[in-house]
Amino acid sequence: MSTEFDVERIRKDFPVLSRELPGGRPLVYLDSGNSSQKPAQVIEVMREHLSMHYGNVGRAMHVLGAESTEAYEAARDKVASFVGAPSRDEIVFTKNASEALNLVAYAFGNPINEDPRFMMGPGDEIVISEMEHHSNIVPWQLLARRTGATLRWFSVTDEGRLDLSNLDELVTERTKIVSIAHQSNVLGTVNPVARVLARARQVGALMMLDASQSVPHKPVDVAALGVDFLAFTGHKAAGPSGIGVLWARAELLEAMPPFLGGGEMIEAVWMDRSTYAPAPHKFEAGTPPIVEAIGLGAAVDYLASVGMEAIAAHERELVRYALQELGEVPGLKVVGPTGLEDRGGTVSFTLEGIHPHDVGQILDDEFGVAVRVGHHCARPLHLRFGIPATTRASFYLYNTPAEIDALVRGLHHVRKVFA
Amino acid sequence: MIAESMYQELILEHYKHPQGRGLRDPFDAEVHHVNPTCGDEITMRVKVGDGGKVEDVSYDGQGCSISQAAASVLHELTTGSTVPETLAVVEEFTRLMQGRGQVEPDEDVLGDAVAFAGVAKFPARVKCALLAWMAYKDAVVRSAS
Ligand SMILES: Cc1ncc(COP(=O)(O)O)c(C=O)c1O
Repeated sequence: MSTEFDVERIRKDFPVLSRELPGGRPLVYLDSGNSSQKPAQVIEVMREHLSMHYGNVGRAMHVLGAESTEAYEAARDKVASFVGAPSRDEIVFTKNASEALNLVAYAFGNPINEDPRFMMGPGDEIVISEMEHHSNIVPWQLLARRTGATLRWFSVTDEGRLDLSNLDELVTERTKIVSIAHQSNVLGTVNPVARVLARARQVGALMMLDASQSVPHKPVDVAALGVDFLAFTGHKAAGPSGIGVLWARAELLEAMPPFLGGGEMIEAVWMDRSTYAPAPHKFEAGTPPIVEAIGLGAAVDYLASVGMEAIAAHERELVRYALQELGEVPGLKVVGPTGLEDRGGTVSFTLEGIHPHDVGQILDDEFGVAVRVGHHCARPLHLRFGIPATTRASFYLYNTPAEIDALVRGLHHVRKVFA
Repeated sequence: MIAESMYQELILEHYKHPQGRGLRDPFDAEVHHVNPTCGDEITMRVKVGDGGKVEDVSYDGQGCSISQAAASVLHELTTGSTVPETLAVVEEFTRLMQGRGQVEPDEDVLGDAVAFAGVAKFPARVKCALLAWMAYKDAVVRSAS
């Protein structure tokens, strides 16, 4: 792990960051929470694989097939070690975090399941929270509708924290699964996993983390966290889109029914029935996103070489500076924790009397500042705060304090236009 | 720059001082339209009098400057005209918005709504400008049935 964090050197790894936008504006990319940019190291590995080594995985008896299979499986090793998975077989490649969450949701109440932990029907309960991304809400709503189980949720405090005051009433013997964000994509809040997990364990419920916004930004060790399932997505972690990851404890993957059926997920097939390959292949039906997985492998190599502790420290400094500087903009209200404790590098805010779409448009068009505006796929959270939308700046390893200055300058100008 | 040309003085003026805002009685039809991608919404009521004359268009809603100003301009342009006249404006406005900035607007038909011409260059914002107009068209159809 490097001790010297040189953001200017890191920026050189990301070709797009030296791009000029039409009109000669520099690009100020503050939308990594939506999707991150990719370093040349990732682009090159993918290009090289596509150019010289590409074949289908797991089934071709030739050099290219063997090289592709080896690279694809090596990516699994890299990802396993990146998140501290006890076994490489606990890493299931999906197409994104949403698919990983759906995969787990479909294991419950499935008639072909035989494990009591995944049985679900009326009287059983699923617990999520009000700060979830739609990807960690809708799959559970659908599950509740399929099975007659009840969906319940933690509320969120005015400060943007998970309200645990009713933890014991919410997570009970009826709870089968608790699924919450490790870090909120809107508030930046890092949730107290250990407290919720302790209660889940007490009542015999399983627990899943949506780690889409944590794995890219700080050291995450699934064994240390102690949860049962964890999902994240490659495109937010300096990797390509089209690849996501489900980590689950081996024993659970073994107990779970398959999700999608198809090639590569089977052991033997007759016309009327099949037996299934062991995990992770049981959950990887069909030709997987081969080059994308290899790209994700290169991405976690890249992040690990920079050092996740160093990235987290850098983002912490950025968010400290951002909260301080944004605090000086009249009419600006941060939605989420204003302190640095248990919070990551994502800051959402409202600007009094000005709609976020107008804010985003002017920031982009006149300052080249790319932020996200809207409800960020977390509509219930916005309803909770009584606002239709927010403007969100989200930081990554390649952002600088000067870019936060550009954001603040832009916001002052926006206020002038709408004064 | 280009956004500057979208935020015309007239649009900002209507945004800051909306005309005819607030839901009023009597009305023949009420509709509620939402833009699911950005959450902008509008509730609109239309009262059509004898001879097909639009007596009142009242509305309430929330959203960005473009969607809110569009509703205000629509109120001004439609109230007091006949239904066929207003539908001609809707048609011309829609044509302008969907023209990707390549359409020469007919100012005689559009009046103040011509100020929205710059929006057509921003595909993501076209639905903002059209929200109120689509709601109006819907309300008129319903008021006739
Ligand atoms: C917290 C969180 N969960 C889930 C997702 C969904 O990721 P994907 O769209 O890659 O499935 C996102 C990002 O969009 C997110 O921020």
